[in-house]
Amino acid sequence: MSPAPLLEFRDLAFERNDVPLFTGLCGAVRSGDILQILGANGAGKTTLLRVLTTALTPAAGSLCWRGRPLPGQRSRYLAELAFVGHTPGLKRALSPRENLRWLGGLFPLHRERMDAALAMLGLGEWADIPCAQLSAGLLRRVALARLPLSGATLWILDEPLTAIDRDGTAQVEELLRRHQADGGAVVFSSHQALALPGVRQLALAG
Amino acid sequence: MAAPQLPELPGLAAGYGALLRRDLQLAWRQRGQAVNPLIFFVMVTALVPLAVGPEPALLTRLAPGMVWIMALLGTLLAADALFHEDFVDGALEHLVLSPQPLWLLVLAKVTAHWLVIGLPITLLSPLLGLMLALPDAGFVPLLAGLALGTLVFSLLGAVGGALTVALGGRSVLLSLLVLPLYVPVLIFGTSAVTQAVAGGGSGGPLALLGAIAALALAVAPFAAAAALRAGIDG
Repeated sequence: MSPAPLLEFRDLAFERNDVPLFTGLCGAVRSGDILQILGANGAGKTTLLRVLTTALTPAAGSLCWRGRPLPGQRSRYLAELAFVGHTPGLKRALSPRENLRWLGGLFPLHRERMDAALAMLGLGEWADIPCAQLSAGLLRRVALARLPLSGATLWILDEPLTAIDRDGTAQVEELLRRHQADGGAVVFSSHQALALPGVRQLALAG
Repeated sequence: MAAPQLPELPGLAAGYGALLRRDLQLAWRQRGQAVNPLIFFVMVTALVPLAVGPEPALLTRLAPGMVWIMALLGTLLAADALFHEDFVDGALEHLVLSPQPLWLLVLAKVTAHWLVIGLPITLLSPLLGLMLALPDAGFVPLLAGLALGTLVFSLLGAVGGALTVALGGRSVLLSLLVLPLYVPVLIFGTSAVTQAVAGGGSGGPLALLGAIAALALAVAPFAAAAALRAGIDG
């Protein structure tokens, strides 16, 4: 039996100021899939990812989650989705641990594994320092530390490797590999190639 | 393969509590910023007797209106930052994409805003009443009216802040949007105090304020949530 794909999108189109950004995008993400969105700057990668999270409404096209149209089951979808956007969405006056704590009120999160997740991304010694004092790369790691805690099936990551050093890239690859092995799926945008097996690519024409 | 154990979706109370706690924590860490509207509130009211002269009769006449206007402007100043900070640092996206209902999260933010701005203004108002020679009969209606009125200001400010969240030059538009809605609260709030000072009862205007607060509480979180979704979308 071949179960319905986790996320399927058909004929997605988006317009900005009446100028089409992309049209007719189709694709499907199945359990264990990693889909990389490629495209020049301004091609609409961030827009596409935000359409997939439901934050943006497409001009045309449809989204299906586990084989059923999304509009009817948005909250179920959101409970299984983890989105790490362009801006990390962290409060600068709070420490990484405090930031993960408030996120834990909004999303399903394994709070008891917080220390392990922070350590895994090399944030152990930074866990209780206000985020305002952390570098851009460390902030990105804090945002990504939410992923192994979330238990979400689908990860949507916008430029997860921005500002991250070589060790960090390896840690992110390890995160994705484990998620893949657990049957999760990832959609991400990046200009870098990841050292992961079976990464599929979707290129946006500029 | 056994499905990995999934974390539970936090309940409504946990979601409300987490965001309320976060905003109070942030206000405490940035107390200089949070105290700004309060300092404005106290300073302006302290300057009035110096500017118009210290005759008690004149001040008594001015007192209810002055305190209410300052409370209104103090809350309006702070309404601007209610959602905009979250918009700039990307945290607003988490709120909108949370499986928790957005109106609940709006309500948590409004609660924090009221606790940080409205409640301190209410508690400070008797002191300002003293400075402006407010007669004894006016203090209870002033306190009760401000407690309700600042809650309405916070709730309506949230709608205005949500509508203007993605715009530049926000404060002008926000004031234009929200001020007309603040006017009835100002009128009933001041008339509660003036009626009590004149020897009449203040029950009528206070009951109307209560009704306005109940209506705002029932409508504003949903309106602000819809405005936030629209603000993010596009």
